[in-house]
Amino acid sequence: MQLNINGQGLTIDVDPDTPLLWAIRDHLHLTGTKYGCGIAQCGACTVLADGHAVRSCSLSVESAQGMQITTIEGLGGDHPLQRAWIKRDVAQCGYCQSGQIMQAAALLAANPKPTDSDIDVAMAGNVCRCGTYQRIRAAIKDAAGVV
Amino acid sequence: MTSPRTKSSAFALTRRKLVLGGSLIGGTLIIGYTAANFGAVASAALSIGAEAPVSGPFGPFITIDRDNWVTVVNAYQEMGQGIHAGVAVIVAEELDADWSKVKVMSAPANAAVYRNKAMGMQATAGSSAIAGAWTQLRMAGAAAREMFVLAAAAKWEVPAGTVHVRNGMIIHAGSGRQESFGDLLDLAAKQEAPAAPLLKAIESFALVGSRRVRRMDGAAKATGAVTYTQDVQMPGMLVAMVAHPPHFGGKVRSFDAAAARKITGVVDAFAIPSGVAVVAQDTWSARKGRDALTVTWDNSATEKRSSEQLLQLYRRIGEGGTDDRGTSYHAKGDPATAFREAYLEASYDFPYLAHAPMEPMNCVAQVDGRQVKLTFASQLQTVDQVNSALASITLPGMVHIETLPAGGSFGRRGGLSSGYVVESVRIARHVGKGRPVKLVWTREDDMTGGYYRPMAHHRLWVDRGADGLPAAWRHHTVAQSLLPVGPNVTEVEGIKNSPYVAGCAVADCRVFSPSVGVPVGFWRSVGHSHNAMVMEHTIDQIARLGGLDPAEYRRAIYRKAGDERRLAVLDLACERAGWGSSMQGDWARGLAVHEAFGTVVAQIAEVALVEGRPRVRRVVCAVDCGIAVSPDQVAAQMEGGVCFGLSAAMYGKITLDDGVPAQDNFDTYEVLRIDDAPVVETHIVPSRRDPSGVGEPGVPPIAPAVANALLVLTGKPTTSLPFVA
Repeated sequence: MQLNINGQGLTIDVDPDTPLLWAIRDHLHLTGTKYGCGIAQCGACTVLADGHAVRSCSLSVESAQGMQITTIEGLGGDHPLQRAWIKRDVAQCGYCQSGQIMQAAALLAANPKPTDSDIDVAMAGNVCRCGTYQRIRAAIKDAAGVV
Repeated sequence: MTSPRTKSSAFALTRRKLVLGGSLIGGTLIIGYTAANFGAVASAALSIGAEAPVSGPFGPFITIDRDNWVTVVNAYQEMGQGIHAGVAVIVAEELDADWSKVKVMSAPANAAVYRNKAMGMQATAGSSAIAGAWTQLRMAGAAAREMFVLAAAAKWEVPAGTVHVRNGMIIHAGSGRQESFGDLLDLAAKQEAPAAPLLKAIESFALVGSRRVRRMDGAAKATGAVTYTQDVQMPGMLVAMVAHPPHFGGKVRSFDAAAARKITGVVDAFAIPSGVAVVAQDTWSARKGRDALTVTWDNSATEKRSSEQLLQLYRRIGEGGTDDRGTSYHAKGDPATAFREAYLEASYDFPYLAHAPMEPMNCVAQVDGRQVKLTFASQLQTVDQVNSALASITLPGMVHIETLPAGGSFGRRGGLSSGYVVESVRIARHVGKGRPVKLVWTREDDMTGGYYRPMAHHRLWVDRGADGLPAAWRHHTVAQSLLPVGPNVTEVEGIKNSPYVAGCAVADCRVFSPSVGVPVGFWRSVGHSHNAMVMEHTIDQIARLGGLDPAEYRRAIYRKAGDERRLAVLDLACERAGWGSSMQGDWARGLAVHEAFGTVVAQIAEVALVEGRPRVRRVVCAVDCGIAVSPDQVAAQMEGGVCFGLSAAMYGKITLDDGVPAQDNFDTYEVLRIDDAPVVETHIVPSRRDPSGVGEPGVPPIAPAVANALLVLTGKPTTSLPFVA
């Protein structure tokens, strides 16, 4: 299977029905993208596909061929959202945060100045059991100020 | 000396042994150390063969490098609560280290050295970490600091009293001469550790209690760089999944793995006591292999009752309609004279709750003969060692654990039977030769796997006295016990010591512990998770029945009890929330005050009913946790505690159909999402008391705060959770 991950063309030997999540994690060893539910209900596995936020647990490798996939590792570490996340100490356990940040990246790409309500609508598919939601809102607005 | 210091002799002997012991090695250290602690004999036995603690001149909690980095060895598990920073800042404060050059490593599993003194074993539970670490790590930091002062004084040939440490530099006051920790490392290591190091006066804390205290893992968690158990990769590692019986207590009768073995990547399939394991080259192959199994289950000894049947049983028990008389844990006065026409009768029902941490359970195990190595987010290392040793016929100390951060736990990784850990050990033992096996539970395995917050029913009868305050309190609690032996203490915590009960002339408090085949466990705030709702919603109903303001009514009780801490959090919350001022639109305020694990929290929720559902927009939270070591992380735990408690109060329920959990993932087990999340404003009561924990105490008050606001809006009490049926 041919994939384009974080700007790199890669070949991996997996069944076409393998979810992109497990190809990324187990075969490419990019483990920032997390398994949370496996049925697109929690958002922990969120990556960008051609700039749109998708649930990599529910997208097969076959379907992902030809798409430009970006994972948390591809965000570079100095993205305004990542800086805002660190400044606000958003993370607690941190397990959902890669998915939260990727979802927020898609939001800001589509809506550079989101309101609280815009944020709530866009981020409602991403569960955080630690309850970091108000800091997520604040960090997205911080990042929106500089994007 | 730049700051006033108080001389402390507390734990001086322990501290001395600990520091001196640090210059010895391995088992000698362990035995030498524990000899000073009679109560630790058991943990010494548990530590035979254990991984050596971090060993050096500054004891098992601190190492300092030549490049000036201070590493704090954290005995507690980081599961999101920020304990890495919590322990590090305590050491850094007393050591006067440069906070930007402090890092943390997780301690090896070694109960003799790294046990939680409140529990007698290595464990992170009961919101006890910061309290347990406080004096121990202050002493460790202060002792190391004094060793640098003595080293500098000797080298510079000046009196020690003229030397001080600031921001990682040892400074001579007269000359301004200064050297770093690294410069003086060898000389400091040769100094005798002080028997009773001088601790700072709390007024002179520079780091503790300041906004400079930040998480240690913020950047790693914003970039996906943290290695959780799920992310562990090792050469030759296999991934395991297990087909578990749908019923609790089920066993494998027979299985057919022929189809599973044909799946590319599947290596083996075999029965273990908890089901049928499939081991494969990668996670998805393991999943496909497991799905291809055909298993016939033996359901002869399983729990088959529905949650509705259990509820009817619990209600009969609660009203005294069965032979079960329960266990009295608090009796006072003559109940025969009371409750004939109780002022208030109340009844509450609570469902089973799953923890549902974002990272489902998992564990990497390697078994080679009697050597066991576990790499995972262990919350109760000593318990996990004992259970794993029983499963692999070895000594607990020979179960070495590398503790990783957890993707949440909320008590799920703190099970007393170590179920998923033992499962991984059995599989790795079958594979053998030390080959690493990563056991991966799916979300469905996790959610249907039990160890839930117990279902509970409460029945109350309360009389008022001439002063209008509670005078007689009869309270029946029906809930499975979490503990394998002894009284059911966790499910009644927060009742007996409540000022509402303590002030009564008559009390008749009983707990009934029915036997049900559903495994139950510690769930963030444990018994307080239902008891705060019962106590705080009941007291609000009594106040409102009497036409009294619930805040004023509470004040009257707290004043009578002399409960200054509850009064302080109540007053602070009321002031910041504008309690008593009018609300626009259809919004109402609800109040709750509850103490859990030594920390007192008041919460005032602003609530409206939107399309029949409670909507919570703002929660004002006042907390007395003693000295707030990291104020921002106290706020984070209050924010998170409110969301966790509100999630359960709004939606949380595991129901049973014929004994089988009906919810298995986030589509059926609804949780709080960002569009339901209130803004939480945290206010900390200034305190000079030693710190108490904040991981759990933010959870209990939110459900009654919301229920009390609904009482204003609807006039009706809430008699069961969740609010959204």
